[in-house]
Amino acid sequence: MSEQAEGVRMSRPVGRVDERASVKIAARGVNLWYGDKQALFSVDLDIPDNHVTAMIGPSGCGKSTFLRCLNRMNDTIDSARVQGDIRLDGQDIYAKSIDPVQLRARVGMVFQKPNPFPKSIYENVAYGPRIHGIAAGKKALDEIVVTSLKKAGLWDEVKDRLDEPGTGLSGGQQQRLCIARAIAVNPEVILMDEPCSALDPIATDRIEQLILELKENYCIAIVTHSMSQAARVSQRTAFFHLGVLVEMGDTADIFTNPQDPRTQDYITGRFG
Amino acid sequence: MASTEVKTGIHTSPEAARRLARRYRQEAFFQFMGLIAIVLALSALAWLMASIFGTGLSAFRQHEVQITASLDPELIDPERTGDPEVMRRGDYRTILQRAIYDRFPEAADDRKLRLQLMEVYSVAGGTGFLRDFVLDNPGRVGDTVTLWIPASDDVDQMLKGKFDLDVPQELRKVTDVQIAWVRELQASGELRASFNKILFLNTDSRDPELAGVAAAVVGSFYALLVTFVLSFPMGVAAAIYLEEFAPKNRFTDFIEVNINNLAAVPSIVFGLLGLAVFLNFFGLPRSAPLVGGMVLALMTLPTIIIATRASLKAVPPSIREGALGVGASKLQSIYHHVLPLAMPGILTGTIIGMAQALGETAPLLMIGMVAFVTQIPESITTPASALPVQVFLWSDSPERAWEERTSAAIIILLGFLTLMNLVAVLLRSRFERRW
Ligand SMILES: Nc1ncnc2c1ncn2[C@@H]1O[C@H](COP(=O)(O)OP(=O)(O)OP(=O)(O)O)[C@@H](O)[C@H]1O
Ligand SMILES: [Mg+2]
Repeated sequence: MSEQAEGVRMSRPVGRVDERASVKIAARGVNLWYGDKQALFSVDLDIPDNHVTAMIGPSGCGKSTFLRCLNRMNDTIDSARVQGDIRLDGQDIYAKSIDPVQLRARVGMVFQKPNPFPKSIYENVAYGPRIHGIAAGKKALDEIVVTSLKKAGLWDEVKDRLDEPGTGLSGGQQQRLCIARAIAVNPEVILMDEPCSALDPIATDRIEQLILELKENYCIAIVTHSMSQAARVSQRTAFFHLGVLVEMGDTADIFTNPQDPRTQDYITGRFG
Repeated sequence: MASTEVKTGIHTSPEAARRLARRYRQEAFFQFMGLIAIVLALSALAWLMASIFGTGLSAFRQHEVQITASLDPELIDPERTGDPEVMRRGDYRTILQRAIYDRFPEAADDRKLRLQLMEVYSVAGGTGFLRDFVLDNPGRVGDTVTLWIPASDDVDQMLKGKFDLDVPQELRKVTDVQIAWVRELQASGELRASFNKILFLNTDSRDPELAGVAAAVVGSFYALLVTFVLSFPMGVAAAIYLEEFAPKNRFTDFIEVNINNLAAVPSIVFGLLGLAVFLNFFGLPRSAPLVGGMVLALMTLPTIIIATRASLKAVPPSIREGALGVGASKLQSIYHHVLPLAMPGILTGTIIGMAQALGETAPLLMIGMVAFVTQIPESITTPASALPVQVFLWSDSPERAWEERTSAAIIILLGFLTLMNLVAVLLRSRFERRW
């Protein structure tokens, strides 16, 4: 644990994708329109399994939009129209046969602003397993709640107050609760949209450690505005600009040797 | 503050001080106007309350007179059958007359005096009380019993000081000799004022001293029950559909505009609609709380729909996203997360709508819930009255005693409204704790 933390704080990014990693999500030619306005232009991106893929780019460049394509969250926006091919384990997630509700159980999401349900901590975590009928009985459900909270690194702080409202936790705890809520349904992919933007450095550090632990078992895609966070937690980085995927590669390469001048400008802070 | 001449930034110059002073003046002026508005509104309310309670409170007391009547079997049950049906038809009026003439023998021989004497007592009330007593205690037939019966409405009003007794006798409702009898009864303890149970337990009557709101209260209750059962689920479901599921297009915009318009339609129009559709077309019973409730439900629906949509809109979208994000279906996210949060607002809207419905008169007049109802309605299809209609009917009656009863009925109506609002507040706080 401490060794890992050391590694994370190293200034030089070392993130690389293992060549043997399989592609979990493959996006090809993704275009997206909000009404008449196009927000994504032919995005091609592979997201490897058991790795963390970071998406960076200036505000409004379409990072969240792309992330929300991956679990069809954009379906809830009336004006949004998606075109292109996104495959999860080789299966087209926009195919007719795919139920978006079921898809979202496989591709979980943690949002930018912590949004626990205004219910008890226990209920927050138990909700997903319950609606999916994952747990057989109360005991199994308790078990899931405990392991999820442990995985999210929140257990020690809340084990005596599971009945208290989730909204009563601190911001960082709420975000970890949301992570516990996401992993409780045992997804294959976890999408995180700026999960630390509302948190202080200590809470951020905890979440980053958590991400590194989770990547052993999950495929993770994270949107972040913090260059250093991308460098610390991800093995692959994708740089978006004005709805276009400008550059993508192993994090170590992107940060030390960007190919595109726009990427270079962005990571050196010349625009944003 | 003005003495700090040393620094003259744009926020410290004398000009800035003047601007600041003006800002405070404007604020003070606004606060003053707001206060005036509140004071005006409160004094209007206080005036209204004072006038209603001032006239109405006296109706909660009613004067009663004692009679000592001999229950002559010849007049009640000459064949000694003991059959309640026979006893019900007994000649209680004569029994009452005899009891009263026995009390004041000096009046018994003069026809004019006799008539005046009978006007001291509530004849219909006394007859009814005697009948009820006999039916309750058939064994007492033949005995001489002492009963309290209501005084006539004029005597009651006189004792409550509603009549000016200084004007000449011809201009008053009560004559000098009647006043003398009343004083005599008072002196001997045969006349007292007590709580007016009749007002709550009786139904409508031609005699003010026997009139009560029971039928109206029950009628209003049934009508509101129908209103609630129809409008709450329908309104909430419609609002959820419109807000969460319906595609946003011209047609739904059109529906939305129309719902908002419906909320502004005068209630009598709904009454006309009820008359044309529910009564004439579907042939539902006239004067029934069922139809009244249906009409009021139409009126309440827009209120509930608008309130529900507003409170659904107020639920932060992040909650929906959180639920959808763990794989809840749309309906699940709404039922498990959005609705509980919207509930306080929905309930408040519903209760406001129901309170409006409770006070609504015009549409009920249209569908005939204005009948003179002397029996407490047994179901939602038996003819009934409603509280506001009762107020309307009583306010239209000429006798002086109706005035205070009208106000009393308003007080009872206000009491129910307060109760409903209390329930709203309680429910609100109950649901709000779950935030
Ligand atoms: N619901 C929507 N309707 C219309 N346009 C939208 C909607 N959501 C996003 N957009 C537009 O799409 C573009 C991309 O937005 P997106 O939220 O994906 O940006 P982002 O990269 O996540 O930005 P940030 O870093 O500020 O979160 C922006 O121009 C934005 O204005
Ligand atoms: Mg974003």
